[in-house]
Amino acid sequence: MFAVRKLTAAVAVALAAGGAQAQVSDGVIKIGVMSDMSSLYADIGGPGSVAAARLAVEDFGAAKKGMKVEIVSADHQNKADVGSAIARQWYDVEKVDAIFDVPNSGVALAVNQITRDKGKAFINSGAASSDLTGKACSPNTVHWTYDTWMLANGTGGAIVKTGGDSWFFLTADYAFGHALERDTAEVVKKSGGKVLGQVRHPLNTQDFSSFLLQAQGSKAKIIGLANAGGDTTNSIKQAAEFGIVKGGQSLAGLLVFLSDVHGLGLNTAQGLIFTETFYWDRNNDTRAFAKRIAAANNGKYPTMVQAGVYAGVLHYLKAIEAAKTDDGTKVVAKMKELPTDDPLFGKGRIRADGRKLHPAFLVEVKKPAESKGPYDYYKIRSEIPADQAFRPEKDGGCSLVR
Amino acid sequence: MKKEHRIAFAVMVAALLLAPLVVYPVFLMKVMCFALFASAFNLLVGYGGLLSFGHAMFLGTAGYASAHAAKVWGFPPEAAILFGTLCSAALGVVSGLLAIRRQGIYFAMITLALAQMIFFFYLQAPFTGGEDGIQAVPRGRLLGFVDLSNIWAMYATVLTIFLGGFLLIYRAIHSPFGQVLKSIRENEARAISLGYDTTRYKLLAYVLSATLAGLAGATKALVFQLASLTDAHWSMSGEVVLMTLVGGLGTLFGPAVGALVIISMEHYLAQLGAWVTIVQGIIFVVCVLAFRRGIVGELARILRKPL
Amino acid sequence: MTEIFGIPVQAFMGQLLIGLINGSFYALLSLGLAVIFGLLNIINFTHGAQYMMGAFCAYLLLNKAGLGYWPSLVIAPVVVGITGVVIERTMLKRLYNLDHLYGLLLTFGLALIIQGVFRNEYGTSGQPYAMPKELTGGHNLGFMFLPTYRAWVIVFSLFVCLATWFIIEKTKLGAYLRAATENPALVQAFGVNVPRMITLTYGFGVGLAALAGVMAGPIYQVSPQMGADLIIVVFAVVVIGGMGSIMGSIVTGFGLGIIEGLTKVFYPEASNTVIFVIMAIVLLVKPAGLFGRER
Repeated sequence: MFAVRKLTAAVAVALAAGGAQAQVSDGVIKIGVMSDMSSLYADIGGPGSVAAARLAVEDFGAAKKGMKVEIVSADHQNKADVGSAIARQWYDVEKVDAIFDVPNSGVALAVNQITRDKGKAFINSGAASSDLTGKACSPNTVHWTYDTWMLANGTGGAIVKTGGDSWFFLTADYAFGHALERDTAEVVKKSGGKVLGQVRHPLNTQDFSSFLLQAQGSKAKIIGLANAGGDTTNSIKQAAEFGIVKGGQSLAGLLVFLSDVHGLGLNTAQGLIFTETFYWDRNNDTRAFAKRIAAANNGKYPTMVQAGVYAGVLHYLKAIEAAKTDDGTKVVAKMKELPTDDPLFGKGRIRADGRKLHPAFLVEVKKPAESKGPYDYYKIRSEIPADQAFRPEKDGGCSLVR
Repeated sequence: MKKEHRIAFAVMVAALLLAPLVVYPVFLMKVMCFALFASAFNLLVGYGGLLSFGHAMFLGTAGYASAHAAKVWGFPPEAAILFGTLCSAALGVVSGLLAIRRQGIYFAMITLALAQMIFFFYLQAPFTGGEDGIQAVPRGRLLGFVDLSNIWAMYATVLTIFLGGFLLIYRAIHSPFGQVLKSIRENEARAISLGYDTTRYKLLAYVLSATLAGLAGATKALVFQLASLTDAHWSMSGEVVLMTLVGGLGTLFGPAVGALVIISMEHYLAQLGAWVTIVQGIIFVVCVLAFRRGIVGELARILRKPL
Repeated sequence: MTEIFGIPVQAFMGQLLIGLINGSFYALLSLGLAVIFGLLNIINFTHGAQYMMGAFCAYLLLNKAGLGYWPSLVIAPVVVGITGVVIERTMLKRLYNLDHLYGLLLTFGLALIIQGVFRNEYGTSGQPYAMPKELTGGHNLGFMFLPTYRAWVIVFSLFVCLATWFIIEKTKLGAYLRAATENPALVQAFGVNVPRMITLTYGFGVGLAALAGVMAGPIYQVSPQMGADLIIVVFAVVVIGGMGSIMGSIVTGFGLGIIEGLTKVFYPEASNTVIFVIMAIVLLVKPAGLFGRER
C-alpha cells in the first residue's frame, strides 16, 4: 500500500517536473540579447551585455534545475528598422522568448511594440526613454537600469543641493537631448536653482569651442551636458582645453558611462559629476562580477547597462521558475510580483508600469592621483534611495497604472 | 517583351511566389522594397547616366509621409502609400528642377547637398519623432476589407506593388522615351542636335525615378510599421549605389539581384557586427576593379543577351 | 557694454576667432582633397579614413613607441602617405581611363574597409590622446581665453596651406605636375616620369589628410568614425572652392569656418546645414565653384 503510494507520489513528482518542462515552449528558454555591437554604444552594451547574460544563466544554475536556456545575440546597428526586423524574425521564426538590452530608444520603442503584439517579454537595460514606462508602457516590458527622468532628477537635484544653483545647458538638438534638458531644467528650478541659458548643438558635432565659449560667457556655475556618446566626450575634452573647470565652472554630464570615462582618461574627465545605478567597485559582489566580465570582454569592466542585463536575466529566469511557463505576459507579471534580489543592484522591485526600482548614485570622477588601479574612476558622492530616484508611478501617463 | 526577358521575369515571379514557404516573409518583403528602390535608382543612373547621391531623400520622405498619414490621419493603407509616393514625386520635381541643370560630379554633389538638407530637416522636425522615428504605424485594411496584419495579405500586396513598379520601369525603358534617354546617356550633344529637349527627358527620368523610389519607401514603412532617419541618411544613398553596382548597372534585373545579395548579407552576417561594413567595402572594391558589370551584367555577357 | 546684433562685442570677437580656428582646420583638411582632385581628377572618398589613420598613427606612436606629438607630425603623414601610394599603385591606376565615378566608388569602398577594421580593433568610445606639454594652457586675450593649441592650429595650418599652394602654383615641380595632368602623353614624351609623379602626388595628398588627423588628436576624440561625418563637409568645401583650385579650397575653408562660427551664435541648430545650403547655391549659380575652372 505504502509502496503504491510512494510510487504514485514518485510518478506524480516526475510528471510534475516533466509538466513544468512541457509548459516552457519547445522545452527551451531562448534569450535574445540585441545590442549595438559595432558602433556608438558597443562599449556601453554590446558584447559585454552578451557576456553578462551568459554569466546570469550560469549563476542561476539552469542546468541543475533541468531548465534548458539558450542565448542568441544580434547587432541592431542603432537602426530601428534593423532592430525591428531582427525582433520579428526572432519571435516568429527562431522562437526567441525574451529580448534583453537594446540600447537606443528608437529601437527599444520598436521592439517594445512588437513584443507587445506577440505576447513575448522585453527586458530593456540600455535605452533612456522614460516613455517605455510612460506613454508606451506595456504589460510585456520591463525597464531596468536607468531612464531620462532618473538622470535628470538624480544629477540635477543632487547638484543643486550641493550648491550648483545656476545652470547653462549644452543640448544635443534632437528629441533625446531636448527631453533631457527639459527634465533637468524642471528639477533645477523646483530645487531652487536658476537656468541662465542654453545652446542647442547639432547631433555629432566635432567642435564645441563656440558653444563652450557661450557657456563660459553665461557665468553659470554648472554647465549641463544634455547630450550623449561622442558629443559628450568631445564637449568634455574641449571644455578642459578652454579651462572651463579651472575657471571655476563645473561640468555635469547627464548621460555618461564608465566606458566614456575610460575613453576620455582621468586627466580630462576629472571632476565630472553624473548619476549611475551601478558601479563595479561598491562591494565584493560587484567586484567579483567585474572581474568575471573583464575576463570575458577583453579586459573591459562592466557598465551599468551590462549589469542591468545580468540582473534582468537572473530575475527573468527566477520568474519563469516560479510561474512554470515562459509565456511573455505571464512571466513579466510574475517578475513584478516577485521582489528582486541580485548581487549587483541589491534588493528592489518592479512596478506595475514596468519600471525597476533601485537606488541611484551621484558619482564624481577621481583625479588621476586618486586612482589606484584600472577602472578605479569614481568617488560616490551620495546615494538616492530607490523610491525617490525614479518618476512617481502616477506621473507617467501609463495605462497600466490605475 | 523579348523572350529572354519573359523567361527571366517568369523565374523571378515564381521565385517570389515560392520563397515565402521557406524563407521568412518579412525578410522577402524587405528585399522587394529595396529591389524596387534600386531598380528606380538604376533607371536614373544605368539608363539615364545620372548618378544621384541623394536618393535616400526620396525613400525617407515617402516613408515619413505614408507613416504619418497612416498613423496620425488614419489613412487606409492604399491611400497612405499613394500619399507617400506623391510626396516623393513632388520632392523629385523640385529637386530635379534644381539639379538637372548640371552634369556628372556636379549633379551628384547637388543631389547630395539637397539630401543632406532634407535629412537635417527630418532630424529636427517634431512630426518625424527624430531619432525615435514614427513608431507603431498601423497596417490597416486594404481597400477596406483585406486585413494587412495577416502576413500573407501583406506579402501579396507588396509583391503586387513590386511587380507593378518593375513592369512600369520595363515599359519606360523599352519605349521611345527610354530610347531617347539612352541616346542622351551615350552622347548628349548629338541628341540635342537631333532636336530633343534633353533637359525635359532627364527631368522626366529623374522624377520617375524619385516617384518609384518613393513607392518603395512608402510600402516599406507599412511593412515594418515604422519610419526612421536611417532611410534619409546619406549612407542609405551609398547602399543603393552598392546594390545597383553589384547587381549590374544598366541591366533590368541587376538591381533586384543586387538588393537580394546586399540585404541577405546584412541580415545573415548581422551577428558579425563590424565585419558587415568591412565585407561591404570589400565588395565595393572588388566590383569596381574586376566585376564592373555586376552579377547580372556578367550573366548577360555570358549569355550574350541583354538582361 | 556695446553689442553687435544682440550679443556683446567681446563674445562676438571670441566667436569670430573660433570660427577662424575651425576654418583653418577645414582648410588643412580639404587641402589634400583639393590636391588630389584638382590635379589627379580622383575623387578620394577615403580622405576621411586617411585623416582618421593619421590620428590613430599618432596615438599608436605615443602608446607603443613612446614618440610624442612632434615626431608624429612628421612620421604619421609619411606612414599614411605610403599606404596611399600602395593604394594608388595597386588599385587606382586601373581606373584612370574610366569615368570618375568608379574612382569615387572604389575609394568609398576602401573607406568602409578601413573604418570597419579600426572599429573592430578599437571599439567606438575613442582613445585619449594627450596634448603636448608645450602647447597646453592658454592666454587670456581679454575677450576670450585662447588655448595655446588652437593658436598653433591657425599658424601651422596657414603655413602648410600656403606652402602647398606655393609649391604647386609657383615652382617648376608644380608646373610639371599641372602639365602632366592636363596632357600626360606629351609631358611623358619630354622625359618626365608621369606615373611616378601621379603616385607621389596622391601620396602627398593623403599625407596632408593624415597631418590634419595628427592635429586633431589632442582636441577631438580619436575614434574610428572621426572621419566619416567630416568627409561630407570636406567635399562641400572643395566643391564650393572650386574643384581644382588650391587657393579656392584654402579661402573657402577659412570662410566657411567663419560663417559656421557665426551661425553657431545666432542659429546654432542650423550650423550643420548651412554648409550644404551654401554648396547647393554655389553649385546652382557657379558650378565650377568660386575659384574653379569648369572641367
